Amino acid sequence: MSGAVILHVAANVSEWTSRHHSLTFAAAPETSWLERAPLLARDALTGLLPESLRWFANSLIGIGVILGAFGLLFAYLTLAERKILGRIQNRPGPNRTGWFGLLQPFADAVKALTKEDIVPHAADHVLHFLAPVVLVALSLMGFAVIPFGRELIAVELDAAVLYFFAAGAATELAVFMAGWASHNKYSLLAAMRALAQLISYELPLLLSFVPVVTLAGTLSTTQIVAAQAGWTAGFIPHWYVLTPWGLAGFLIFMVAALAESNRSPFDLPEAESELIAGHLTEYSGFKYALFFMAEYFGMCALSAMAVTLFLGGWQAPCAFLEWIPSYAWFAIKLLTLLLGFIWIRATLPRLRMDQLTRLAWKFLVPLALINLGNAAFWSLTASWTGPLQLARWAIALLVVIGPFVVLGRTLSTGVGPRTYRYAT
Amino acid sequence: MNLTLAIISVLILGSAAVAVSLRNLIHSALLLIASWAGVAVFYLWAGAEFVAFAQLLVYVGAISMIVLFAVLLTRHSRSELTVAAPALSRAIAAILAGGAVFCVLASAVLKTDFAARPAAAVPPTITVRELGTQLMLSHSAAVLVVGVLLTVALLGAIVLAASDDSKKGDAP
Repeated sequence: MSGAVILHVAANVSEWTSRHHSLTFAAAPETSWLERAPLLARDALTGLLPESLRWFANSLIGIGVILGAFGLLFAYLTLAERKILGRIQNRPGPNRTGWFGLLQPFADAVKALTKEDIVPHAADHVLHFLAPVVLVALSLMGFAVIPFGRELIAVELDAAVLYFFAAGAATELAVFMAGWASHNKYSLLAAMRALAQLISYELPLLLSFVPVVTLAGTLSTTQIVAAQAGWTAGFIPHWYVLTPWGLAGFLIFMVAALAESNRSPFDLPEAESELIAGHLTEYSGFKYALFFMAEYFGMCALSAMAVTLFLGGWQAPCAFLEWIPSYAWFAIKLLTLLLGFIWIRATLPRLRMDQLTRLAWKFLVPLALINLGNAAFWSLTASWTGPLQLARWAIALLVVIGPFVVLGRTLSTGVGPRTYRYAT
Repeated sequence: MNLTLAIISVLILGSAAVAVSLRNLIHSALLLIASWAGVAVFYLWAGAEFVAFAQLLVYVGAISMIVLFAVLLTRHSRSELTVAAPALSRAIAAILAGGAVFCVLASAVLKTDFAARPAAAVPPTITVRELGTQLMLSHSAAVLVVGVLLTVALLGAIVLAASDDSKKGDAP
């Protein structure tokens, strides 16, 4: 009975995957051996299994590779962050565990695992336990629709971008659960503050990618990457970030992504020194580590999405560099963005709560809305050529820069530089 | 096929039933959100990908926050989070609201002529583009009405929140 049911479900799922997931491995003739290496390795491995189980093994391998790769990336990102922050602050950073501190992440993991897990007596035990689990699970879901290479995508969906942001929006629930279940009024207040921030920045985040969807005419991530293919004169890529509306959208997206992943300068929800880690106050040991794991996963997922939407995904920047495999280009772009995140953390001071919400509602949301109109103008004038092309660029640039300067000036009048009596 | 549907409906109905029976408002709200997520899974099962993700984005991401904020901002202490004992007026209101929803759904189900359409071998899928054209052309009036309704609700909420402030007087 159960075997029949499993077979039945398997038939359903394989039918579903064959509809949604392009199982065609017939790579284009010009793709090199290196390009196809990951898929060839996977097929060699699953080729040992009977035909009916292959789709299942393929999915499992996809999940395993994503978990392993981003787990390792998380581990070494924490090390890179500590090393780079250290160098920027003129100190060496961790350098005692292994060569140059290379084993530090594993030492940290052992420390987090062996720490005592303290749960407050009055806490809501089920929700207190569920919050970090839900957070990590939801922040991992976004990776499913990111095209890491020419044919490396776990699930190909028609509404992939929407799926990504739906999974991201649900993480707010985990923050609330963490704050409420702790039975600590400071945790609850901090959770409300964190939610106010997450909800405020959700809006510019969602509005900033709408131009990309409009111009590409699709919500599928693979087709958005495909729409950015090609070069002008062989070395100017057709990435969306190199258009006026794309640049504005990319910058708004990155600021909102910083805030959504609770990174400095928007790390109010978990400011350790001032707010005793906010909604994480009552968490300890491995659960605390899980929250940070989720934060890094969210940061990686949002950066990967930014690469996909604005930086051409796995496309090479120049025609003659195309021999480097697509996944390597994706990794280079992703790591560049992540290092940018770390650099920003080391450079910018933290924002106050009112400044943070003001930035979102009065500055980023209007700019994102204007950018939407700009993208509409860009798509309507796609047929302009010759001198009209210059006019198109000038108008689009003006629509980006003009509101930025005007809004910035009006919002900062009267706020002026602050003088501190004892600190000068 | 039917087993999946059974699991999904148990998830939806079970979490909704437990949400109703619990006395703790926050637990009820979280289970209600689980029920909404179950509805999204049902849409996914039925092949309506876009609607499923929109359901997740709107209900699990946004409306859940409104519910939780409303609960937390209107109760002053944790002891108030438990629901009061059942009363006749609440029962009547619940029956009226539930009955109205049931009538709408029942009339929709009864009006649909299931037999007229042959069962397709592959469940029909609709792309985002088709959905957008449908919404913007043939159903544009409905979209506009819903938009106006939401705007009125938003303005009403602002008016309610603002009038609360003026009642306190001009004490600092």
